[in-house]
Amino acid sequence: MADIKIGAYVCKGCGLGERLNTAQLITVAQREGKAQVVREHEFLCSGAGVSMIRQDIEKEGVNHVVIAACSRRAKTEAFGFDNVAISRANLREGVIWVQPDTEEAKEVTQEMAADYVRMGCAEVTKMQAPQTNPSHGNNKRILIVGGGISGMTSAIEAAKAGYEVLLVEKTGALGGWVAKLHKRIPSHEPYADPMETGVPGLGRQIEADKRIKVYLNSTVSRTSGAPGQFSVDISKESGGTSTENIGSIIMASGFELYDVNKLPELGGGKSPDVVDQAGLEKLARAANGAPIKRPSDGKEIKSVVFVQCAGQRDPSGKHLAYCSGHCCNTSIKQAMYFKDSNPNVDTMVIYTDLRTPGNGEDFYRSAQRKGVTFIKGTVSEVVPGAELQVKFKDLILNDDAVAKADLVVLATGMVANSGVDIDAAEGAPNIQGQGAGSEAKTVSILNLTYRQGKDLPLLKHGFNDSHFICFPYETRRTGIYSCGPVRRPMDAQQAIEDATGAALKAIQAAENAALGRAAHPRSGDLSFPTFRREGCTQCKRCTVECPFGAIDEDEQRYPQFNESRCRRCGTCMGACPVRVISFENYSVDTVGYQLKSVDMPDQFSEKPRILVLACENDAYPALDMAAMNKIQYSAFARVIPVRCLGSVNTIWINDALTSGYDGVVLMGCQKGENYQCHFVKGSEIAQTRMSKIDDTLKGMSLEVERVRTCEVAITDIQRAPKIINEMAETIQKIGLSPMKF
Amino acid sequence: MAKKEYSFYPGCSSERKASASNYMVSVESMCKTLDIKLNEIPDWNCCGASIGYAEGGELPRHAMNARNIALSEKHNPGQDIVATCAACWLGAKETHERLSASEQMLADTREALKEAGLDMDYKGEVEIRHMVEVLIEDFGYDQLAKPVVKPLEGVKIAGYVGCQTNRPFGVVGESFENPKYLDKLTEIMGAEPVEKYDQKVTCCGGALAFSEPEKSQAQIKKIIESAYDFGAEMIVTPCPVCQMNVEVYQGQINKKYGTKFHIPVTYYSQLMTVAYGGSAKEAGLDGNIVRATKLEEIAAKPVKR
Amino acid sequence: MSELNKVMVEKYRNDFLKEVEANVEEGNWVKMCMQCGVCSGSCPFGPYWEHPPQELFMMIRAGKREEVLASESMWMCTSCYNCIVRCPRELPITHIMHGLANYAHRLGIAPKMNPTRRFAKLFWENIIKGGRVNELKLSIGLYFMDGFSNGVKKGLEMLPVGLGMFKTGRLNPFGLLSGGKCKGAGDIHKMLKKAKEIENRRKGFAP
Repeated sequence: MADIKIGAYVCKGCGLGERLNTAQLITVAQREGKAQVVREHEFLCSGAGVSMIRQDIEKEGVNHVVIAACSRRAKTEAFGFDNVAISRANLREGVIWVQPDTEEAKEVTQEMAADYVRMGCAEVTKMQAPQTNPSHGNNKRILIVGGGISGMTSAIEAAKAGYEVLLVEKTGALGGWVAKLHKRIPSHEPYADPMETGVPGLGRQIEADKRIKVYLNSTVSRTSGAPGQFSVDISKESGGTSTENIGSIIMASGFELYDVNKLPELGGGKSPDVVDQAGLEKLARAANGAPIKRPSDGKEIKSVVFVQCAGQRDPSGKHLAYCSGHCCNTSIKQAMYFKDSNPNVDTMVIYTDLRTPGNGEDFYRSAQRKGVTFIKGTVSEVVPGAELQVKFKDLILNDDAVAKADLVVLATGMVANSGVDIDAAEGAPNIQGQGAGSEAKTVSILNLTYRQGKDLPLLKHGFNDSHFICFPYETRRTGIYSCGPVRRPMDAQQAIEDATGAALKAIQAAENAALGRAAHPRSGDLSFPTFRREGCTQCKRCTVECPFGAIDEDEQRYPQFNESRCRRCGTCMGACPVRVISFENYSVDTVGYQLKSVDMPDQFSEKPRILVLACENDAYPALDMAAMNKIQYSAFARVIPVRCLGSVNTIWINDALTSGYDGVVLMGCQKGENYQCHFVKGSEIAQTRMSKIDDTLKGMSLEVERVRTCEVAITDIQRAPKIINEMAETIQKIGLSPMKF
Repeated sequence: MAKKEYSFYPGCSSERKASASNYMVSVESMCKTLDIKLNEIPDWNCCGASIGYAEGGELPRHAMNARNIALSEKHNPGQDIVATCAACWLGAKETHERLSASEQMLADTREALKEAGLDMDYKGEVEIRHMVEVLIEDFGYDQLAKPVVKPLEGVKIAGYVGCQTNRPFGVVGESFENPKYLDKLTEIMGAEPVEKYDQKVTCCGGALAFSEPEKSQAQIKKIIESAYDFGAEMIVTPCPVCQMNVEVYQGQINKKYGTKFHIPVTYYSQLMTVAYGGSAKEAGLDGNIVRATKLEEIAAKPVKR
Repeated sequence: MSELNKVMVEKYRNDFLKEVEANVEEGNWVKMCMQCGVCSGSCPFGPYWEHPPQELFMMIRAGKREEVLASESMWMCTSCYNCIVRCPRELPITHIMHGLANYAHRLGIAPKMNPTRRFAKLFWENIIKGGRVNELKLSIGLYFMDGFSNGVKKGLEMLPVGLGMFKTGRLNPFGLLSGGKCKGAGDIHKMLKKAKEIENRRKGFAP
């Protein structure tokens, strides 16, 4: 460590100079922080301030920099020096903006600032300027699995951006479901009539584009590697496999319709005149604008009833539990097929809640204008016969009624083609809430060679986990993006938008991988995890807990990091019981030394210390924003940002408690079904780990209230400071920790 | 202040010895102060009111209103039609709107108007406005405040806007759910608006006060009760039907519900006349069945200069 | 069943919605209802409607002709226009209610004794006589609607109200003889006769 030269810079701008004794902070950095170069500046982020630091780096050989100024989230460009380790002591948002500007508060405010300077120096001592991932690939070709409207769109978009594309389709033609439609739901003003599918045009575009290579009648039989260096086997139905090198992958494997035969009470499978929405499209295509004829006897259809939510939104668990989103608009469109060719055809849509996303409301209105009748009701039975009888309860009139029809269309839902459920216990029904009737899927889409399983993890109901709240398309396999109805139910227009987004994400991933940088959410991060082989006990926690399947095992059963698949969340580091995993700029030591560097007042000082480990994605910005709003919190708190709560190693909690901290607060993102964790599982894993902390506390004869784990959203700018204050109150109640030495 | 001139549609209730004759008296006084000249539409007829639909149907109602509009355009060319009654305003405005939107309806109406020799006089180019709109839009609160010589100090007033001056057309810039103009008018007259009054747009039953008296009186009870609850001493309204319904049934409601309602219900024009220094008689206060004694007292005081 | 009603039943057979679209004021809006129920919840007399507007619209679509036209429901409309301003689909609900009531009245299906129907008829007849409302005649007509003895009873109940109006100069005791008369009353009669004639022609009401 002889070559470490620390430069510590204390800013006096933004009121720091008036509120704090910066000379004392300089002394702290010099004496306790061991900074060889120390300087104050009136306005550190100004051109003069920045060039002062730069000069020290270039002329004085400073290679570790401590910026004691504002939050690490502010002025990132001004303080973005290459090839040096940088630590930020947050004196502005972390100290003066959250403490009152009063004479009484001066002492504790100064102590707080001094501690952050100590912490900054301690952290930087343990950091290295990150070097690029040495084992990165630089292939930028994009593989698209599925040649429906989503896959075709992704292919065209990626090719237009200049990337080579491989489009794999298992059937003999591109187009998927949309190619089978007569027309599709309108995507533009005035949203009044069904429009052409546009599939032939897309097909011609693909054919004409030399950058797009199409594999028909083909599936992906093996996927290995990592972003920038995937190796993929594409097998033809007729035999023969070609191996391709790929930069990133888009999974657009679409959906299947829920099997209408599972709805015999609604006439499914009981009458040729009861069809699903695909069946109606077939009839409409056959008629091609002429009157639609019914399957049983070729009679021109004079009345048709559309039954919405057929086998969907089913609370009993027998059928699909969810809404497929497009079916109301689809039925509206199909009713128009009839009305547009003959306004005298009776078209009735029976629904419980008409859901018309996008501009469907206009489309709905247009159908009403065309004379389509909409009845709020629930259908109990469809009686087959020459004239079908639809028995339903009118929910507005609270009436049992019967509608007679020549044809009944059942709006069954979408079932994702998401491959095998890698998380399902063997023998158990693979997909939650999809209904006992559905068979477990056994055919993999991607055939990943990852130790974590062959396909992308699912969220629920068999759809890919794609972080649909904040980051659509992002999956838990780096460099593999899912789009279209395989990640959530949607219509063609939404799938097109989805596919465009996924194409851009795939391009980004390939480009980042080629530079050895992380993908979302630490996009651009050059650090990567390494482990100390000799200390490893082969416990596999890191491989199991990595939310992204980045870690395999080598022949000797040691973890094998695939750096390019890594998102740099540090969950592996938090998981490791022997603490052998670290990043150059983020490790058990960078945080451990920080928390231990704090000046710990004795038991009789009435100055407790609260350690706050705050997720850098949501909780830390929430605290910053609280500071911008001048919302105050306890001056006894010392906040350390962490990459994800998943990276919190329990040794930190132990260290904190044994060093005399009186309370520890962990702030992470929401977990569970509607998770907001940027690393999907990190927060959840951390909270599971922390559930065992009570034993540790009891072992130390400490009160369990001293450690609290909570979910904090980025919008919790009132609540986050409140949580800290609540801990301060708790400590006041139960007293200071006896573990101060 | 320049003289402003309008074509005036007073409506049946404003006639002498009719239910809103006192409204008319106060409007005349108010207009005198504001230098407004109202040119009555010669031989105007009833608008058909909202209740006219059942027997009258669609076209006959439009013909009735179109006759008034035609007469106005013939005799008072270029002048906006101003109505003081909510129903008259609404009826005329509705017809005007419908005839502008439908050529068929316009042609049919003209055909009917021909019988009265007015088919060529209906042009439909005129604006149809409520007196309140004229006050707010052509004068504005600042102008309206200027002639105040006797601020109505200390009088707490609930602004009951009701239905038809408020919906479906309403006054530009006001919400249907919480219109504020009566409160503002009250305030600039020096009185204290009861802004929390939460029944300001509740229906009094309208014409159904006659045919469904119990149901209507239950509505009226709510309207008055809330005024009391929020400390009002007086209710002010821009609508003759509202005024009458809320005022005259208080005795019957008291009998039925055991309440002790006795609250004056006045027109905005009465407040303004008094604030502008008019006498009780000029403000038509002698027309109120529940006497607005506070206003009468203020009216009786000499003007402080 | 009135002659006109028979004609209409024959003409529109199973399609009550079409009948409403053709014959009822603003009836072509009925199909645009999306069944949210805001109108029903916004009506001051809402609790008294057997079938609030939302239901009436549904019943029209379901072809419940007799139930709709014979209903007292739309006669509950106070013309407060709350439903119109709140309807997210911007249906002119007040006018549709008026139109339905008027149509039912024309066909002779409307409930005979419905007080609003009777008052409305009385009102219209009152105004078309002279062109303006004669309030005294209107009130007297109202009280004697149910016969002489009832009229006296109601008149007595309303005596304090009438007296108050009279004392404050807001009711004309001589109104029986004068008042409520336009000079052009004759023109108005001719005009209204013509208007009715056109309307009958347009809606196929004329024989």
